[in-house]
Amino acid sequence: MTTITFIHPDNRSEDVKAEEGASVMLAALTHGVDGIVAECGGNAVCATCHVYVDDAWVAKLDPMSDDEDALLDGTASERLPNSRLSCQIKVSPALDGLVVRVPERQS
Amino acid sequence: MNLTDVSAPAAHPTAPADGIAHLDIDPFSIAFFDDPYPAHEAMREAGPVIYLDRWNVYGVARYAEVYAVLNDNRTFCSSRGVGLSDFAKETPWRPPSLILEADPPAHTRTRAVLSKVLSPAVMKRLRDGFMAAAEAKVDELLARGQFDAITELAEAYPLSVFPDALGLKPEGREHLIPYASLVFNAFGPPNELRQQAIARSAPHQAYVTEQCQRDNLTPGGFGACIHAFAETGDITPAEAPLLVRSLLSAGLDTTVYGIGAAVYCLARFPEEWQRLRQDPSLARNAFEEAVRFESPVQTFFRTTTREVEIGGVTIPEGEKVLMFLGSANRDVRRWERPDVYDISRKVSGHVGFGSGIHMCVGQLVARLEGEAVLTALARKVATIEVNGAVKRRYNNTLRGLESLPISITPA
Ligand code: HEM
Ligand code: FES
Repeated sequence: MTTITFIHPDNRSEDVKAEEGASVMLAALTHGVDGIVAECGGNAVCATCHVYVDDAWVAKLDPMSDDEDALLDGTASERLPNSRLSCQIKVSPALDGLVVRVPERQS
Repeated sequence: MNLTDVSAPAAHPTAPADGIAHLDIDPFSIAFFDDPYPAHEAMREAGPVIYLDRWNVYGVARYAEVYAVLNDNRTFCSSRGVGLSDFAKETPWRPPSLILEADPPAHTRTRAVLSKVLSPAVMKRLRDGFMAAAEAKVDELLARGQFDAITELAEAYPLSVFPDALGLKPEGREHLIPYASLVFNAFGPPNELRQQAIARSAPHQAYVTEQCQRDNLTPGGFGACIHAFAETGDITPAEAPLLVRSLLSAGLDTTVYGIGAAVYCLARFPEEWQRLRQDPSLARNAFEEAVRFESPVQTFFRTTTREVEIGGVTIPEGEKVLMFLGSANRDVRRWERPDVYDISRKVSGHVGFGSGIHMCVGQLVARLEGEAVLTALARKVATIEVNGAVKRRYNNTLRGLESLPISITPA
Protein backbone atom coordinates (compact mmCIF):
# COMPACT_ATOMS: atom_id res chain seq x y z
CA MET A 1 0.00 0.00 0.00
CA THR A 2 1.21 3.44 -0.95
CA THR A 3 0.01 6.51 0.92
CA ILE A 4 -1.05 9.47 -1.20
CA THR A 5 -2.10 12.83 0.23
CA PHE A 6 -4.72 14.92 -1.56
CA ILE A 7 -4.89 18.57 -0.51
CA HIS A 8 -8.12 20.37 -1.38
CA PRO A 9 -8.39 24.03 -2.44
CA ASP A 10 -9.53 24.87 1.14
CA ASN A 11 -6.31 23.20 2.43
CA ARG A 12 -8.17 20.25 3.92
CA SER A 13 -6.05 17.17 3.33
CA GLU A 14 -6.91 13.50 2.95
CA ASP A 15 -4.57 10.52 3.10
CA VAL A 16 -5.43 7.53 0.97
CA LYS A 17 -3.92 4.06 0.94
CA ALA A 18 -3.63 3.36 -2.75
CA GLU A 19 -3.31 -0.05 -4.32
CA GLU A 20 -0.27 -0.70 -6.43
CA GLY A 21 -0.88 -0.70 -10.15
CA ALA A 22 -3.96 1.52 -9.86
CA SER A 23 -3.79 5.13 -10.98
CA VAL A 24 -3.79 8.07 -8.60
CA MET A 25 -7.17 8.98 -10.15
CA LEU A 26 -8.63 5.57 -9.29
CA ALA A 27 -7.23 5.77 -5.76
CA ALA A 28 -9.07 9.08 -5.30
CA LEU A 29 -12.30 7.68 -6.71
CA THR A 30 -12.28 4.44 -4.73
CA HIS A 31 -11.64 6.34 -1.50
CA GLY A 32 -14.26 9.00 -2.11
CA VAL A 33 -11.87 11.93 -2.52
CA ASP A 34 -13.94 14.77 -4.02
CA GLY A 35 -12.70 17.01 -6.77
CA ILE A 36 -11.26 14.34 -9.07
CA VAL A 37 -14.11 13.97 -11.54
CA ALA A 38 -12.54 11.66 -14.13
CA GLU A 39 -15.34 11.92 -16.66
CA CYS A 40 -13.61 9.59 -19.10
CA GLY A 41 -12.77 6.99 -16.47
CA GLY A 42 -9.02 7.14 -17.08
CA ASN A 43 -8.99 6.87 -20.86
CA ALA A 44 -7.03 10.09 -21.33
CA VAL A 45 -9.80 12.01 -23.08
CA CYS A 46 -11.29 14.46 -20.59
CA ALA A 47 -8.64 16.27 -18.46
CA THR A 48 -11.06 16.30 -15.47
CA CYS A 49 -8.64 14.35 -13.26
CA HIS A 50 -6.21 17.30 -13.15
CA VAL A 51 -3.90 17.63 -10.11
CA TYR A 52 -0.99 19.84 -9.10
CA VAL A 53 1.88 17.64 -8.00
CA ASP A 54 3.85 18.81 -4.98
CA ASP A 55 7.13 20.30 -6.17
CA ALA A 56 9.17 17.74 -4.24
CA TRP A 57 7.54 14.98 -6.27
CA VAL A 58 7.38 16.37 -9.80
CA ALA A 59 10.75 15.01 -10.88
CA LYS A 60 10.06 11.58 -9.37
CA LEU A 61 7.13 10.83 -11.67
CA ASP A 62 7.46 9.23 -15.07
CA PRO A 63 7.56 11.95 -17.72
CA MET A 64 4.24 12.76 -19.37
CA SER A 65 3.28 11.60 -22.84
CA ASP A 66 2.51 14.00 -25.69
CA ASP A 67 -1.18 13.11 -25.32
CA GLU A 68 -1.23 14.08 -21.66
CA ASP A 69 0.63 17.28 -22.48
CA ALA A 70 -1.97 18.22 -25.10
CA LEU A 71 -4.89 17.40 -22.80
CA LEU A 72 -3.45 19.57 -20.03
CA ASP A 73 -3.80 22.58 -22.34
CA GLY A 74 -7.56 22.23 -21.85
CA THR A 75 -7.85 22.00 -18.05
CA ALA A 76 -10.58 24.09 -16.43
CA SER A 77 -8.28 25.42 -13.71
CA GLU A 78 -5.06 27.04 -14.85
CA ARG A 79 -2.32 24.74 -16.10
CA LEU A 80 0.86 25.15 -14.05
CA PRO A 81 4.32 23.62 -14.52
CA ASN A 82 3.41 20.93 -11.95
CA SER A 83 0.06 20.05 -13.58
CA ARG A 84 -0.55 16.36 -14.32
CA LEU A 85 -3.48 14.10 -15.12
CA SER A 86 -3.93 11.79 -12.14
CA CYS A 87 -5.21 8.94 -14.34
CA GLN A 88 -1.80 8.84 -15.99
CA ILE A 89 0.17 8.49 -12.73
CA LYS A 90 0.59 4.87 -11.77
CA VAL A 91 0.78 4.02 -8.08
CA SER A 92 4.02 2.29 -7.05
CA PRO A 93 5.95 1.90 -3.77
CA ALA A 94 8.33 4.60 -4.99
CA LEU A 95 5.43 7.06 -4.74
CA ASP A 96 4.76 6.40 -1.05
CA GLY A 97 4.12 9.81 0.50
CA LEU A 98 3.14 11.51 -2.78
CA VAL A 99 1.35 14.81 -2.25
CA VAL A 100 -0.98 16.30 -4.86
CA ARG A 101 -3.26 19.35 -4.78
CA VAL A 102 -6.77 19.20 -6.17
CA PRO A 103 -7.61 22.20 -8.39
CA GLU A 104 -10.57 24.58 -7.86
CA ARG A 105 -12.44 23.29 -10.90
CA GLN A 106 -12.35 20.28 -13.22
CA SER A 107 -14.85 21.46 -15.85
CA MET B 1 -45.15 -1.02 -36.80
CA ASN B 2 -44.61 -4.58 -37.91
CA LEU B 3 -40.97 -5.57 -37.86
CA THR B 4 -40.65 -8.99 -39.32
CA ASP B 5 -37.23 -10.13 -40.32
CA VAL B 6 -36.78 -9.98 -44.00
CA SER B 7 -33.74 -12.21 -44.11
CA ALA B 8 -32.54 -14.48 -41.35
CA PRO B 9 -28.82 -15.32 -41.34
CA ALA B 10 -27.65 -18.67 -42.65
CA ALA B 11 -27.40 -21.56 -40.21
CA HIS B 12 -24.45 -21.14 -37.89
CA PRO B 13 -21.41 -23.18 -38.90
CA THR B 14 -19.99 -23.83 -35.43
CA ALA B 15 -22.01 -24.88 -32.41
CA PRO B 16 -21.63 -22.50 -29.46
CA ALA B 17 -19.44 -23.56 -26.55
CA ASP B 18 -20.80 -25.76 -23.80
CA GLY B 19 -21.91 -24.50 -20.41
CA ILE B 20 -23.43 -21.34 -21.71
CA ALA B 21 -26.99 -20.15 -21.33
CA HIS B 22 -28.96 -19.94 -24.57
CA LEU B 23 -31.60 -17.22 -24.53
CA ASP B 24 -34.25 -16.57 -27.12
CA ILE B 25 -34.25 -12.82 -26.50
CA ASP B 26 -34.18 -10.63 -29.63
CA PRO B 27 -32.49 -7.40 -28.51
CA PHE B 28 -33.40 -5.80 -31.86
CA SER B 29 -37.16 -6.30 -31.61
CA ILE B 30 -39.81 -3.70 -30.89
CA ALA B 31 -40.91 -5.54 -27.73
CA PHE B 32 -37.35 -5.34 -26.45
CA PHE B 33 -37.00 -1.64 -27.31
CA ASP B 34 -40.28 -0.89 -25.53
CA ASP B 35 -38.94 -2.30 -22.27
CA PRO B 36 -35.39 -3.71 -22.33
CA TYR B 37 -34.93 -3.85 -18.56
CA PRO B 38 -36.45 -7.25 -17.71
CA ALA B 39 -34.50 -8.77 -20.61
CA HIS B 40 -31.29 -7.01 -19.49
CA GLU B 41 -31.75 -8.51 -16.05
CA ALA B 42 -32.47 -11.97 -17.46
CA MET B 43 -29.28 -11.80 -19.53
CA ARG B 44 -27.17 -10.59 -16.59
CA GLU B 45 -28.55 -13.30 -14.33
CA ALA B 46 -28.12 -16.05 -16.92
CA GLY B 47 -24.34 -15.78 -16.73
CA PRO B 48 -21.27 -13.69 -17.48
CA VAL B 49 -21.51 -14.68 -21.15
CA ILE B 50 -24.70 -15.72 -22.92
CA TYR B 51 -25.68 -16.93 -26.36
CA LEU B 52 -28.51 -15.36 -28.30
CA ASP B 53 -29.98 -17.98 -30.62
CA ARG B 54 -32.03 -15.50 -32.58
CA TRP B 55 -28.93 -13.98 -34.21
CA ASN B 56 -26.28 -16.58 -33.35
CA VAL B 57 -24.13 -14.25 -31.33
CA TYR B 58 -22.48 -14.28 -27.95
CA GLY B 59 -23.50 -11.54 -25.55
CA VAL B 60 -22.14 -9.84 -22.44
CA ALA B 61 -24.58 -7.88 -20.27
CA ARG B 62 -22.77 -7.58 -16.92
CA TYR B 63 -20.56 -4.57 -16.22
CA ALA B 64 -17.37 -6.56 -15.59
CA GLU B 65 -17.48 -8.48 -18.86
CA VAL B 66 -18.60 -5.51 -20.95
CA TYR B 67 -15.71 -3.53 -19.50
CA ALA B 68 -13.29 -6.40 -20.11
CA VAL B 69 -14.34 -6.80 -23.76
CA LEU B 70 -14.13 -3.05 -24.39
CA ASN B 71 -10.62 -3.00 -22.92
CA ASP B 72 -9.18 -5.95 -24.83
CA ASN B 73 -9.14 -4.69 -28.39
CA ARG B 74 -6.59 -7.29 -29.53
CA THR B 75 -8.92 -10.17 -28.74
CA PHE B 76 -12.17 -8.36 -29.45
CA CYS B 77 -11.53 -6.42 -32.63
CA SER B 78 -13.49 -3.68 -34.35
CA SER B 79 -12.11 -4.02 -37.89
CA ARG B 80 -14.57 -6.81 -38.69
CA GLY B 81 -17.37 -4.35 -37.97
CA VAL B 82 -19.01 -3.16 -34.76
CA GLY B 83 -22.40 -4.27 -36.00
CA LEU B 84 -23.69 -7.81 -36.56
CA SER B 85 -22.32 -7.97 -40.10
CA ASP B 86 -18.85 -9.58 -40.20
CA PHE B 87 -16.70 -7.64 -42.67
CA ALA B 88 -14.56 -10.75 -43.14
CA LYS B 89 -17.61 -12.49 -44.63
CA GLU B 90 -19.90 -9.77 -45.95
CA THR B 91 -19.29 -6.59 -47.91
CA PRO B 92 -19.97 -3.59 -45.63
CA TRP B 93 -22.95 -1.42 -46.66
CA ARG B 94 -20.63 1.59 -46.87
CA PRO B 95 -16.83 1.98 -46.88
CA PRO B 96 -15.81 1.13 -43.27
CA SER B 97 -15.08 3.91 -40.79
CA LEU B 98 -11.35 4.66 -40.48
CA ILE B 99 -11.67 4.99 -36.71
CA LEU B 100 -14.69 3.14 -35.34
CA GLU B 101 -14.20 0.09 -37.53
CA ALA B 102 -10.40 0.00 -37.34
CA ASP B 103 -7.83 -1.68 -35.07
CA PRO B 104 -4.36 -0.49 -34.07
CA PRO B 105 -2.07 0.57 -35.61
CA ALA B 106 -4.43 2.07 -38.23
CA HIS B 107 -6.81 3.24 -35.49
CA THR B 108 -4.05 4.87 -33.46
CA ARG B 109 -3.22 7.30 -36.25
CA THR B 110 -6.76 8.41 -37.10
CA ARG B 111 -7.76 8.53 -33.44
CA ALA B 112 -4.85 10.89 -32.69
CA VAL B 113 -6.19 13.31 -35.31
CA LEU B 114 -9.79 13.34 -34.04
CA SER B 115 -8.55 13.62 -30.43
CA LYS B 116 -6.76 16.82 -31.35
CA VAL B 117 -9.72 18.18 -33.33
CA LEU B 118 -12.09 17.57 -30.39
CA SER B 119 -9.68 18.22 -27.47
CA PRO B 120 -10.45 19.87 -24.12
CA ALA B 121 -8.61 22.98 -25.34
CA VAL B 122 -10.92 23.23 -28.38
CA MET B 123 -13.95 22.88 -26.09
CA LYS B 124 -12.84 25.89 -24.07
CA ARG B 125 -13.09 28.00 -27.21
CA LEU B 126 -16.56 26.68 -28.06
CA ARG B 127 -17.96 26.93 -24.58
CA ASP B 128 -19.36 30.47 -24.48
CA GLY B 129 -21.08 30.13 -27.85
CA PHE B 130 -22.68 26.79 -26.93
CA MET B 131 -23.89 28.17 -23.58
CA ALA B 132 -25.36 31.30 -25.19
CA ALA B 133 -27.17 29.25 -27.84
CA ALA B 134 -28.74 27.08 -25.13
CA GLU B 135 -29.93 30.14 -23.20
CA ALA B 136 -31.49 31.58 -26.35
CA LYS B 137 -33.20 28.28 -27.10
CA VAL B 138 -34.65 27.97 -23.58
CA ASP B 139 -35.87 31.60 -23.67
CA GLU B 140 -37.62 30.90 -26.94
CA LEU B 141 -39.26 27.74 -25.55
CA LEU B 142 -40.29 29.49 -22.32
CA ALA B 143 -42.14 32.06 -24.37
CA ARG B 144 -44.07 29.21 -25.99
CA GLY B 145 -44.75 27.28 -22.77
CA GLN B 146 -45.63 23.99 -24.46
CA PHE B 147 -43.58 22.12 -27.01
CA ASP B 148 -42.14 18.77 -28.03
CA ALA B 149 -38.90 18.30 -26.08
CA ILE B 150 -37.52 15.94 -28.72
CA THR B 151 -37.95 17.87 -31.96
CA GLU B 152 -37.91 21.38 -30.53
CA LEU B 153 -35.15 21.00 -27.93
CA ALA B 154 -33.20 17.73 -28.15
CA GLU B 155 -32.97 18.04 -31.95
CA ALA B 156 -33.18 21.80 -32.37
CA TYR B 157 -30.37 22.67 -29.97
CA PRO B 158 -27.64 20.39 -31.41
CA LEU B 159 -28.78 21.41 -34.90
CA SER B 160 -28.21 25.04 -33.88
CA VAL B 161 -24.61 24.48 -32.75
CA PHE B 162 -23.05 21.27 -34.10
CA PRO B 163 -23.33 21.69 -37.89
CA ASP B 164 -21.82 25.18 -37.57
CA ALA B 165 -19.01 23.90 -35.34
CA LEU B 166 -18.33 21.25 -37.95
CA GLY B 167 -18.40 23.84 -40.71
CA LEU B 168 -21.30 22.57 -42.82
CA LYS B 169 -23.03 24.84 -45.27
CA PRO B 170 -26.69 25.62 -44.51
CA GLU B 171 -28.20 23.72 -47.43
CA GLY B 172 -29.06 20.06 -47.02
CA ARG B 173 -28.74 19.78 -43.25
CA GLU B 174 -32.08 17.98 -43.17
CA HIS B 175 -30.13 14.89 -44.29
CA LEU B 176 -28.04 14.78 -41.11
CA ILE B 177 -30.46 13.10 -38.70
CA PRO B 178 -31.76 10.57 -41.26
CA TYR B 179 -28.17 9.69 -42.19
CA ALA B 180 -27.16 9.10 -38.57
CA SER B 181 -30.31 7.09 -37.92
CA LEU B 182 -29.37 4.94 -40.91
CA VAL B 183 -25.83 4.40 -39.64
CA PHE B 184 -27.04 3.27 -36.21
CA ASN B 185 -29.77 1.05 -37.66
CA ALA B 186 -27.19 -0.56 -39.93
CA PHE B 187 -25.20 -1.91 -36.93
CA GLY B 188 -28.18 -4.13 -36.21
CA PRO B 189 -29.21 -7.44 -37.76
CA PRO B 190 -30.94 -7.65 -41.14
CA ASN B 191 -34.37 -6.80 -39.71
CA GLU B 192 -36.87 -4.42 -41.20
CA LEU B 193 -35.32 -1.39 -39.46
CA ARG B 194 -31.96 -2.07 -41.09
CA GLN B 195 -33.22 -3.12 -44.50
CA GLN B 196 -35.56 -0.14 -44.85
CA ALA B 197 -32.91 2.29 -43.68
CA ILE B 198 -30.43 1.00 -46.25
CA ALA B 199 -33.04 0.92 -49.02
CA ARG B 200 -33.70 4.63 -48.46
CA SER B 201 -30.08 5.62 -47.91
CA ALA B 202 -28.98 6.88 -51.33
CA PRO B 203 -29.88 10.60 -51.05
CA HIS B 204 -28.48 10.86 -47.50
CA GLN B 205 -25.26 9.11 -48.49
CA ALA B 206 -24.86 11.38 -51.50
CA TYR B 207 -25.26 14.46 -49.29
CA VAL B 208 -22.77 13.22 -46.70
CA THR B 209 -20.13 12.20 -49.24
CA GLU B 210 -20.35 15.65 -50.81
CA GLN B 211 -20.16 17.56 -47.51
CA CYS B 212 -17.03 15.72 -46.41
CA GLN B 213 -14.96 17.28 -49.21
CA ARG B 214 -12.58 20.02 -48.16
CA ASP B 215 -14.12 22.72 -50.33
CA ASN B 216 -17.51 22.27 -48.71
CA LEU B 217 -16.26 22.85 -45.16
CA THR B 218 -16.04 26.31 -43.59
CA PRO B 219 -12.56 27.35 -42.36
CA GLY B 220 -12.08 26.96 -38.61
CA GLY B 221 -14.62 24.16 -38.18
CA PHE B 222 -13.91 20.56 -37.10
CA GLY B 223 -14.11 19.43 -40.74
CA ALA B 224 -11.53 21.92 -41.99
CA CYS B 225 -9.28 21.03 -39.03
CA ILE B 226 -9.39 17.38 -40.07
CA HIS B 227 -8.43 18.30 -43.64
CA ALA B 228 -5.55 20.41 -42.27
CA PHE B 229 -4.05 17.20 -40.82
CA ALA B 230 -3.85 15.87 -44.38
CA GLU B 231 -1.52 18.76 -45.19
CA THR B 232 0.82 17.94 -42.32
CA GLY B 233 0.90 14.30 -43.38
CA ASP B 234 -0.77 12.86 -40.26
CA ILE B 235 -3.43 11.40 -42.55
CA THR B 236 -3.67 11.14 -46.33
CA PRO B 237 -5.88 13.47 -48.39
CA ALA B 238 -8.07 10.47 -49.21
CA GLU B 239 -8.60 9.69 -45.52
CA ALA B 240 -9.70 13.17 -44.49
CA PRO B 241 -13.24 13.05 -45.97
CA LEU B 242 -13.90 9.69 -44.34
CA LEU B 243 -12.87 11.04 -40.94
CA VAL B 244 -15.19 14.00 -41.44
CA ARG B 245 -17.87 11.41 -42.17
CA SER B 246 -17.32 9.93 -38.70
CA LEU B 247 -18.37 13.20 -37.12
CA LEU B 248 -21.40 13.45 -39.40
CA SER B 249 -22.39 9.89 -38.45
CA ALA B 250 -21.71 9.96 -34.72
CA GLY B 251 -21.78 13.60 -33.69
CA LEU B 252 -25.36 14.79 -34.02
CA ASP B 253 -28.01 12.14 -33.50
CA THR B 254 -26.20 10.72 -30.46
CA THR B 255 -26.43 14.07 -28.68
CA VAL B 256 -30.07 14.39 -29.73
CA TYR B 257 -30.72 11.13 -27.90
CA GLY B 258 -28.50 12.20 -25.00
CA ILE B 259 -30.26 15.53 -24.44
CA GLY B 260 -33.64 13.84 -24.94
CA ALA B 261 -32.66 11.31 -22.27
CA ALA B 262 -31.67 14.03 -19.82
CA VAL B 263 -34.88 16.01 -20.24
CA TYR B 264 -36.94 12.83 -19.96
CA CYS B 265 -35.09 11.92 -16.73
CA LEU B 266 -35.64 15.35 -15.20
CA ALA B 267 -39.33 15.23 -16.11
CA ARG B 268 -39.69 11.83 -14.43
CA PHE B 269 -37.60 12.54 -11.31
CA PRO B 270 -38.99 15.82 -9.89
CA GLU B 271 -36.75 15.72 -6.82
CA GLU B 272 -33.67 15.57 -9.00
CA TRP B 273 -35.05 18.46 -11.03
CA GLN B 274 -35.43 20.50 -7.83
CA ARG B 275 -31.86 19.67 -6.79
CA LEU B 276 -30.61 20.79 -10.19
CA ARG B 277 -32.53 24.08 -9.91
CA GLN B 278 -31.00 24.71 -6.50
CA ASP B 279 -27.52 23.99 -7.76
CA PRO B 280 -27.14 24.46 -11.52
CA SER B 281 -23.45 23.50 -11.22
CA LEU B 282 -24.74 19.90 -11.10
CA ALA B 283 -25.86 20.22 -14.74
CA ARG B 284 -22.85 18.48 -16.22
CA ASN B 285 -23.11 15.50 -13.89
CA ALA B 286 -26.89 15.39 -14.37
CA PHE B 287 -26.28 14.97 -18.10
CA GLU B 288 -23.61 12.31 -17.52
CA GLU B 289 -25.94 10.39 -15.21
CA ALA B 290 -28.64 10.52 -17.92
CA VAL B 291 -26.14 8.95 -20.32
CA ARG B 292 -25.61 6.16 -17.80
CA PHE B 293 -29.29 5.81 -16.95
CA GLU B 294 -30.70 5.72 -20.49
CA SER B 295 -27.54 4.75 -22.42
CA PRO B 296 -28.47 6.43 -25.72
CA VAL B 297 -26.02 4.08 -27.46
CA GLN B 298 -27.25 0.70 -26.24
CA THR B 299 -25.03 -1.83 -27.95
CA PHE B 300 -21.96 -2.45 -30.07
CA PHE B 301 -20.43 -5.68 -31.35
CA ARG B 302 -16.87 -6.95 -31.46
CA THR B 303 -15.41 -9.97 -33.29
CA THR B 304 -13.03 -12.43 -31.62
CA THR B 305 -9.57 -12.64 -33.19
CA ARG B 306 -8.72 -15.88 -31.34
CA GLU B 307 -10.28 -18.45 -29.06
CA VAL B 308 -10.74 -16.75 -25.72
CA GLU B 309 -11.94 -17.59 -22.25
CA ILE B 310 -14.07 -14.99 -20.54
CA GLY B 311 -16.17 -15.43 -17.42
CA GLY B 312 -15.33 -19.16 -17.50
CA VAL B 313 -16.74 -19.55 -21.01
CA THR B 314 -14.67 -20.28 -24.11
CA ILE B 315 -15.58 -18.32 -27.22
CA PRO B 316 -14.07 -19.57 -30.50
CA GLU B 317 -12.23 -17.33 -32.98
CA GLY B 318 -14.29 -15.34 -35.48
CA GLU B 319 -17.42 -14.96 -33.33
CA LYS B 320 -19.51 -11.85 -32.90
CA VAL B 321 -19.88 -10.66 -29.30
CA LEU B 322 -22.65 -8.20 -28.49
CA MET B 323 -21.91 -5.78 -25.64
CA PHE B 324 -24.96 -4.44 -23.79
CA LEU B 325 -23.71 -1.04 -22.63
CA GLY B 326 -27.13 -0.07 -21.28
CA SER B 327 -27.30 -3.23 -19.20
CA ALA B 328 -23.76 -2.81 -17.86
CA ASN B 329 -24.72 0.71 -16.78
CA ARG B 330 -27.51 -0.74 -14.62
CA ASP B 331 -25.72 -3.78 -13.25
CA VAL B 332 -26.23 -4.04 -9.45
CA ARG B 333 -22.83 -5.70 -9.28
CA ARG B 334 -21.33 -2.32 -10.14
CA TRP B 335 -23.92 0.34 -9.25
CA GLU B 336 -25.86 1.14 -6.10
CA ARG B 337 -29.57 1.58 -6.84
CA PRO B 338 -28.90 1.43 -10.58
CA ASP B 339 -32.51 2.12 -11.56
CA VAL B 340 -32.52 5.46 -9.80
CA TYR B 341 -31.56 8.65 -11.63
CA ASP B 342 -29.29 10.48 -9.17
CA ILE B 343 -27.72 13.70 -10.43
CA SER B 344 -24.96 13.67 -7.82
CA ARG B 345 -23.95 10.06 -8.41
CA LYS B 346 -20.23 9.39 -8.88
CA VAL B 347 -20.81 8.24 -12.40
CA SER B 348 -17.19 7.92 -13.60
CA GLY B 349 -16.64 4.47 -15.06
CA HIS B 350 -20.02 4.11 -16.79
CA VAL B 351 -19.75 2.70 -20.30
CA GLY B 352 -22.35 4.89 -22.04
CA PHE B 353 -19.48 6.40 -24.05
CA GLY B 354 -17.69 3.05 -24.24
CA SER B 355 -14.27 2.45 -22.67
CA GLY B 356 -10.76 1.70 -23.86
CA ILE B 357 -9.20 2.78 -27.13
CA HIS B 358 -12.52 3.39 -28.94
CA MET B 359 -14.12 5.33 -26.10
CA CYS B 360 -16.14 8.13 -27.62
CA VAL B 361 -13.77 10.69 -29.09
CA GLY B 362 -16.61 13.24 -29.21
CA GLN B 363 -17.65 12.90 -25.56
CA LEU B 364 -16.49 16.40 -24.71
CA VAL B 365 -18.76 17.87 -27.37
CA ALA B 366 -21.65 15.79 -26.05
CA ARG B 367 -21.02 16.91 -22.46
CA LEU B 368 -20.68 20.54 -23.46
CA GLU B 369 -24.05 20.42 -25.24
CA GLY B 370 -25.70 18.54 -22.38
CA GLU B 371 -24.28 20.86 -19.75
CA ALA B 372 -25.33 23.92 -21.75
CA VAL B 373 -28.94 22.79 -22.11
CA LEU B 374 -29.35 21.62 -18.52
CA THR B 375 -27.69 24.77 -17.12
CA ALA B 376 -30.04 27.00 -19.12
CA LEU B 377 -33.06 24.97 -17.99
CA ALA B 378 -31.95 25.00 -14.34
CA ARG B 379 -31.46 28.75 -14.33
CA LYS B 380 -34.57 29.79 -16.21
CA VAL B 381 -37.27 27.17 -15.71
CA ALA B 382 -39.36 26.48 -12.58
CA THR B 383 -41.39 23.42 -13.60
CA ILE B 384 -41.17 20.74 -16.28
CA GLU B 385 -44.20 18.53 -16.85
CA VAL B 386 -45.03 15.88 -19.39
CA ASN B 387 -48.40 16.90 -20.83
CA GLY B 388 -49.06 14.44 -23.63
CA ALA B 389 -48.37 10.96 -24.94
CA VAL B 390 -44.71 9.91 -24.82
CA LYS B 391 -43.73 8.03 -27.98
CA ARG B 392 -40.65 5.88 -28.41
CA ARG B 393 -38.38 6.07 -31.48
CA TYR B 394 -37.10 2.71 -32.70
CA ASN B 395 -33.51 2.20 -33.77
CA ASN B 396 -31.30 -0.89 -33.70
CA THR B 397 -28.60 0.86 -31.64
CA LEU B 398 -29.96 4.11 -30.23
CA ARG B 399 -32.44 4.33 -27.37
CA GLY B 400 -34.67 7.39 -27.15
CA LEU B 401 -37.98 9.04 -27.85
CA GLU B 402 -39.84 10.16 -30.94
CA SER B 403 -42.01 12.59 -29.03
CA LEU B 404 -41.98 14.07 -25.50
CA PRO B 405 -44.65 16.76 -25.16
CA ILE B 406 -43.86 18.97 -22.17
CA SER B 407 -44.90 22.25 -20.61
CA ILE B 408 -42.51 24.52 -18.74
CA THR B 409 -42.99 27.61 -16.58
CA PRO B 410 -40.50 30.43 -15.98
CA ALA B 411 -38.49 30.63 -12.75
C1 HEM C 1 -24.40 11.39 -25.83
C2 HEM C 1 -23.76 11.36 -26.97
C3 HEM C 1 -22.84 10.24 -27.41
C4 HEM C 1 -22.82 8.94 -27.01
C5 HEM C 1 -23.73 8.24 -26.01
C6 HEM C 1 -21.72 8.31 -27.74
C7 HEM C 1 -21.35 6.98 -27.58
C8 HEM C 1 -20.23 6.41 -28.16
C9 HEM C 1 -19.76 5.07 -27.89
C10 HEM C 1 -20.42 4.08 -26.94
C11 HEM C 1 -18.62 4.87 -28.61
C12 HEM C 1 -17.73 3.63 -28.61
C13 HEM C 1 -17.83 2.80 -29.84
C14 HEM C 1 -17.09 1.49 -29.74
O1 HEM C 1 -16.51 1.17 -28.69
O2 HEM C 1 -17.11 0.73 -30.71
C15 HEM C 1 -18.40 6.08 -29.38
C16 HEM C 1 -17.36 6.27 -30.28
C17 HEM C 1 -17.26 7.37 -31.11
N1 HEM C 1 -17.98 8.56 -31.01
FE1 HEM C 1 -19.47 8.93 -29.70
N2 HEM C 1 -21.12 9.23 -28.54
C18 HEM C 1 -21.77 10.42 -28.37
C19 HEM C 1 -21.45 11.63 -28.99
C20 HEM C 1 -20.49 11.79 -29.96
C21 HEM C 1 -20.15 13.05 -30.59
C22 HEM C 1 -20.77 14.39 -30.24
C23 HEM C 1 -19.19 12.77 -31.54
C24 HEM C 1 -18.46 13.72 -32.47
C25 HEM C 1 -18.32 15.00 -32.29
C26 HEM C 1 -18.91 11.35 -31.46
C27 HEM C 1 -17.99 10.68 -32.26
C28 HEM C 1 -17.55 9.39 -32.01
C29 HEM C 1 -16.53 8.73 -32.81
C30 HEM C 1 -15.81 9.31 -34.01
C31 HEM C 1 -16.33 7.46 -32.22
C32 HEM C 1 -15.33 6.40 -32.64
C33 HEM C 1 -14.12 6.48 -31.75
C34 HEM C 1 -13.10 5.36 -31.96
O3 HEM C 1 -13.47 4.33 -32.54
O4 HEM C 1 -11.94 5.54 -31.55
N3 HEM C 1 -19.70 10.80 -30.49
N4 HEM C 1 -19.38 7.01 -29.07
S1 FES D 1 -9.81 10.58 -16.23
FE1 FES D 1 -10.14 11.52 -18.17
S2 FES D 1 -8.15 12.23 -18.67
FE2 FES D 1 -7.86 11.34 -16.71
